[in-house]
Parts: sequence; C-alpha cells; structure tokens
Amino acid sequence: MSPAPAVTIRVNDAELRVTAGVTLAVALHDAGRTVLRRSASDEPRGPLCGMGICFECRVTIDGVPHRRACVVVVADGMDVRLDA
Amino acid sequence: MAGRPDAIVVGAGIVGAACARELAHAGLAVTLVDAGFVGGGATSAGMGHVVLMDDSEAQLALTAYSRSLLDELSPALPRGVERDRCGTVWVAEDEVQLEGARAKQSLYAARGLESELLDATALRRLEPELRPGLAGGLCVPGDSVVYPPALARWLADDAVANGATLQEQVTVESVDGSGVTTSGGCLQANIVVNAAGAQAPALTPGLPIVPRRGHLAITDRYPGFCRHQVVELGYLASAHRMDDASVAFNIQPRGTGQLLIGSSRELVGWDPAINRAVLARMLARATGFMPRLAGLSVLRSWIGFRPTTPDKLPLVGQWPELPGLWIAAGHEGLGITTALGTARLLADLMLGRRPSIDPAPYDPARVSAAVG
Amino acid sequence: MPERAAQVLKAHVAVVGAGPAGIAAAVSAAECGSSVVVIDAAPRAGGQIWRHRARGELGRTARTWLARLDASPATFIAGATIVDCAPGLQLTAEGDGGAFVIEAAAVVIASGAYERFLPFPGWTTPGVLGVGGIQALLKSGASMAGRRVVLAGSGPLLLPVAAALTRAGARVVMVAEQAPVRRVARFAAGLWSTPARLLQAAAYRGAFLGSPYRCGTWVARVEVEGGALAVSLTDGVRSRIERCDLLGVGYGLVPSTELPKIAGCMIGDSGVLVGAGQETTVAGVYCAGEPTGIAGAESAIRQGTRAGRSAAGERVASGGPQDGAFADRLARAFALRDELRSLPEPETIVCRCEDVRYAELRAGRTIRQQKLETRAGMGPCQGRLCGPAIRYLFGGGADRVQVPAFPASVDTLIAAGAASVPQGES
Repeated sequence: MSPAPAVTIRVNDAELRVTAGVTLAVALHDAGRTVLRRSASDEPRGPLCGMGICFECRVTIDGVPHRRACVVVVADGMDVRLDA
Repeated sequence: MAGRPDAIVVGAGIVGAACARELAHAGLAVTLVDAGFVGGGATSAGMGHVVLMDDSEAQLALTAYSRSLLDELSPALPRGVERDRCGTVWVAEDEVQLEGARAKQSLYAARGLESELLDATALRRLEPELRPGLAGGLCVPGDSVVYPPALARWLADDAVANGATLQEQVTVESVDGSGVTTSGGCLQANIVVNAAGAQAPALTPGLPIVPRRGHLAITDRYPGFCRHQVVELGYLASAHRMDDASVAFNIQPRGTGQLLIGSSRELVGWDPAINRAVLARMLARATGFMPRLAGLSVLRSWIGFRPTTPDKLPLVGQWPELPGLWIAAGHEGLGITTALGTARLLADLMLGRRPSIDPAPYDPARVSAAVG
Repeated sequence: MPERAAQVLKAHVAVVGAGPAGIAAAVSAAECGSSVVVIDAAPRAGGQIWRHRARGELGRTARTWLARLDASPATFIAGATIVDCAPGLQLTAEGDGGAFVIEAAAVVIASGAYERFLPFPGWTTPGVLGVGGIQALLKSGASMAGRRVVLAGSGPLLLPVAAALTRAGARVVMVAEQAPVRRVARFAAGLWSTPARLLQAAAYRGAFLGSPYRCGTWVARVEVEGGALAVSLTDGVRSRIERCDLLGVGYGLVPSTELPKIAGCMIGDSGVLVGAGQETTVAGVYCAGEPTGIAGAESAIRQGTRAGRSAAGERVASGGPQDGAFADRLARAFALRDELRSLPEPETIVCRCEDVRYAELRAGRTIRQQKLETRAGMGPCQGRLCGPAIRYLFGGGADRVQVPAFPASVDTLIAAGAASVPQGES
C-alpha cells in the first residue's frame, strides 16, 4: 500500500504534516495534541463527542474562532490556533 | 403564612421585585406573588440596558433618577448581576442625526448628565467595528448593562431578607378591594400593587397596556468586538412608531464576550413564534452598522413582550377605579432601566413621602375612564 | 443595507440527515417518483453508524444502501447543517459555501441521536471522550495503535467500539457496563428472536476476548497521574483503579429532537410522536429513526423506508410494532442506576460550555429556570450535553428549543429570513 498523501498545516505556528482528507480532530489526535482549548473558567479541554455536537474541540482556523475540529477536514496551509 | 400582609405585589418581574423590596425596606409586610418564577417573564427576555432615554421630559427624568439609584445600589450587587458600566454610544448616520446628538448633549448638560459628542474619527476610535462613513455620535458614559433575571432575583431576595414573603408558581386570578384571589386561595391586604407587566390588564380591565413584541439574538463569545452598548440614533424613532414592524440597530457586549443583538418592535399580540423575516431584517440592520457581525455565530434567538402604553410612559401610582389598588406597569422597553425609580416613586406616594421627581406624568389617572 | 436572499432549492421531499433512516427515506421517496434532496452535515453519507473513509470498511447492508443512494435520482448534499425548519416547510441550510433554503412539500427529519453524558469528577479532563467519540475518531482514521483504552458507561455501543479498537491495535484495558449482569444477560438472550443481532454481538465480544467485560461496574472518578488517566471504577462495593491513555464513557443515546421541536412536532416520552406512515403531528413533517426513539439501524431503515414512501404521497398501511418492542427492551436492559446520580461533587462541572458546577444547580426548578439562573445550557452546544444530564440529576422537564437548531452565522439567518415566506399574517 502506498503511503497516504499528506498535507502541511500550521498549529500554533509549528508546521505539522498530516494525512490528507482526515478531520482536524483526527490530525491533532494523531499528533498527540489532546488539549485544544481553554474553557470559560480556564480549564484545559479536548474533544468529547467526535460528531459536532459538544463543541469541546473548538479551535481558531485561519483566523475564524469557534470552528469544530471534528467536522473540519484538513487542507494544505491551514492555520490552526489552539488555546492550550 | 406569617399573618395578613400590608401589601401584595402581583408579578415578580424586575418592576414587581423592586417594588416589593422598596415596600419591605419601608417596614411594610409584603407578599410578592408570581405565576412563574422571579424574573422569568419579560425581564428574562430584555437586553438589560440601563440607559438615559429622552423621548419626553418625563422619560428622561425617570431614566436618570433610576440610573442614579442603580449607582447607589451597585456596591451591594453580587457578581452574577453582571453589572458593567460600559456606557452607551449613540451612532449618527448623517448630519441630521448628528444634529440630534448635539441637541441630546445640550439637554443632558442642562440636567447635569454627562455625555460627550463624537465626530466620525472619535466614533470609530471608540468602536472600531463600526463601518466607515458614519457621521459621529454621542457617548453616554454613565449608562450600564446588567443581567436582568439576576438583578430581579437579587431584589426579590433582598425583599425577603427584609421580611417579605415570596410565592412563586402562584397565579393571581383576580384583584378586588380587599386583596387577591390566587390559584392557592384568597390573600387579603389593604394594598395591592399590579406589577404584572403586559399581563396587567388581565387583572385590571381598562389599563391601556398592549404587548409589543421584540426579537433578540445572542452570539458566541467574541471578546472585545465592541466595548459599549451601541445604538443607532434612529432607535428612538423606531421605539416611538406604533405602525408596522420596525427594527433598529442595538448591540450590547456581555461580560462573557457574547454579543446581544437587537432590536425589533411589532404589534402582533402574544404570538410566540420567531418571525424569521423580522429577525433577518433586524440582523441585516446590525450588519449595516457593523459589517463583520455577518460572520459571527448566533447561538439563540428569542422574543419578549414589552408592556406598552399609548404615551410610552409607565403607569405608576394609585388606580382611581379601585381603592387600595396601585399600578406599577407599562414600562415598554425600559422596565430594566426604570424599575428602581418606579419602585421608589411608588413607595413615596404610598407612604406620603415627598418624591424626588414629579410623579404627575406617570399617574395612572391619566388613562382612567373614571377620571378622563 | 439590502438583504441578501439565500438561494432557494425546491424539491417534493427534503430529507434531513443521511444515516440509515435518511438514506432509506431518500431512496424510497425517489423510487416513488418524487424529486428528493437529502442533506447531511458530514462530508459523506452514512451518518454516525455508517461513518467511513472508504466503503470497503463497511458491512454489506451499509454498502448496499449507500450504493442505492448513489444510483437513486435523489440529490445528496454533503457538508451542510440544517439550522432551521420554518413555517411553510422551509429548511435553512448552512454549508461551506454559505446559506441556502430548501422549500419542500414534505420534510423527513432523520437527524439521528447523540450520546448521553453524565458528569463525574474529572470527566472534563482531556483524554476523556464519549464511547461514540472514540468510535467517530477511529472511523475518521485516527491511529489507536498501542493506546491503552478503558470503555465505560452503558449500552450496546460498548461492544463494537471495543472490538474496533482491538482490531486497530489499541489495548482495551477494560469494558465496564453499568447495567447489572442479569439484565444484560436477559437482553442478550432476547436477541435469539433476531439472530443477526445476536451473531453480531457475539462477533464483537469475540474480537476483544482478551479484555474484561464487567457488568454492574461504572466510573466514579478520573484523575491524571504521571501523564496517564487513572480511572476509578466501582461496582458499589469494591473499587479499582485502571490506568489508560483514553477513557471512553457514554450512557446510551439521546434522540436528536431539536429540529422536530422547532418545526412544532409533539414529543412523547421516548421521542418524536409518529403515526404508521412516520407522520408527525405537523402536516408535511415526517420523522424516522432514532429521533422517534432509540431502536438501532435496522429499525431506522424500516422507518426511513416508510417515511420516504408516505412523504412521497403513498399510503403506508402498518407501522412496525417490532421497533417499539426492541426500543423498550433496550431501554429496560440499560436503564441507568441511581448510584450515577451521586457521582458529581459540588465542584464537578455539569455544563461544559459555561462551566456551571453541580453545586449551582438545584432540584425543583424547571430546566428553563436552571438555565436563566446559572447559564447552564446557554453555550454553543445549546444544552445538548448538559440538558439530558440535568434532567437525569434534577428533573425539571424539557427545555424549549430556540432558533437556530445549531449555531449559525448572522449572515445565514439574514439570507434565510430574506428568502422566507411571510409569517403571522393571518
């Protein structure tokens, strides 16, 4: 099997090679990033429901806050800010 | 039940809760009754803007007086009331409206109320998300924002701490000269205060109060998007009209970083369904002033019913058609702003104290068939 | 400022959700000759249960239905969330390309279900996910090789997820089912009447035989110790601590009834009330699958087929009593034990969006009052997470649902409202 094609995203200014076509939540999970945001009372939080319901995996993508990592598919050059 | 109360206040919205508190502080035995829970009606649907308004001399007097009473109370308020003295920025779209802002400023100055005229540059410095090309505006720094259900709850709790009794989930079915009949039985008192908001006429036939529906929408958290309550100067014209559905730009930054977007006014009775076309017009009006709002995420929309009188002034005082019955209702969109002033005025009149402002413009006798 | 009206799509039948029920509804309605639009938020059809990256990962039933959808004249629109169902059967959709409106003569809501979460100390720790959350990550291609995983909570979902994790190279440390073993055994025995389900359950269990499956056991707390999760599990008498990298915990499924509620449909104890043809109490609105009550994929396909036909104008004679019976057996077998109510501590967060803690909430209040007084349910999940938990912990009935059904941009609401039919002029 040939290796899956990859794309490069930026996560808090660090480049990250990730499998093309996966959701951002999968890419961050595989990169070992478990904390994606701080809660209203400043607790660390990561993904919970995996299906777009709980809004725990909110991150800032290309300057737009409150995007759900579990429903957004990675794209080459995507700029991701984790509030972690 | 701790004996017969001196006064029964019907309706534990912010106005009723404030009245119960004033009367309890004055030493009266008060029972506060609500069909639902404290602050669960129009109070919970309102924006929570405590603001100077000058549609009439009497409106300015009551809003200014009430605002000063909130300033006095402020140190005692818990954090949950979310009081934020963020001030209001009134936006002038053109020279005509800017002229209106100048008139407002001189009026406020004459009453000793602080405000600052803004040119186009100063306006955008205060609120950079406003679109270019606006003429200017007026900043009223003494205005503030609260979370209305929490303020109503605090007022009711403080009434109870001063001897009042609170009955929630109790519906008042009728009022007569000797008290009220409720879903839980009869309750007698020499004084009854009808503070049932837009539902006041159901208990006191003849009160000319109608529900005037409004929509609001709230966004996710975008801290710093705006810093003041920002309102278009056309708002007063919108609030004054009584014809078709009208919308006006009005946005409020909450302590959470959320943005509360208003406003609309419709006379459609008690229709509880969101009108998508009106909601859309209201939001479009807002993006016309702050274009980047368009991309923000809305979490909820809802409607509330403002208790509206023909002359846009509340009814505060004795009802000439039934001895012992007092009215504190009909505050339209200013119930949160004027609850404290209303309550103090009511208590002053009831107890024969000298009111700090002239009570005549709010006297319910003006709309009574018995007098008129 | 001019209002930018959204593009309007017209169809005889609009189907919300492309899981088993939605696919069956779309295919069936199209076979009856109706023009059909089916919309799903995900990039591919399949819903949660048939979520996949490549069709080869799926079983035969799923592949067959996805192929039937491909071959059907029904139009499938991926990546769009339905955020409103306004009077006049007008759906507002928000996709990457912005908003559009769908006007249909009939709407089939097949919005599925989501996981029920109950709060316990430590449940907000990163690395604690739903059982369905771990499954979704796995099906979306996440690597689980070498990860130590504890699965806990309740319901039939635990088995396939444990099996899939094992196949993916994870080490399933333990599977803990809160329901007592006798109820689970009785449920399993009842599967003799549906041999396919029994075989499937046996196959799942076979796939993680190396891991303990303990009934009558639940998670009491989670702490972080030396970079790993330390999960306290208890059977009410004895407790043990298991260390792992990921904890999946979920307590069954909650029907997704937000859109039916906005449409005005009446809701019963187990979900949206429907008749023999899956018609709701609102004319032109049909509902199929989990929103009518949690009964699984086979039932969803049957309901979707009926809903599609009746939405297309065919008369559907009889309903499926077997759906209700299976749903009842499921609910009885995996009923939540009372001990779960006493897990939260005063500081335990109940509403994760607004960080409302257990001590702030009270019994004897309606859900709406809890919300107004504490902010619980005021965040972006719109109460989908804390609502069922607060109802379980404190009672208080159901909350009203407010527009939009999912967070939607200001622009979407403007465009949809500008395209909307006039309202309230009676």
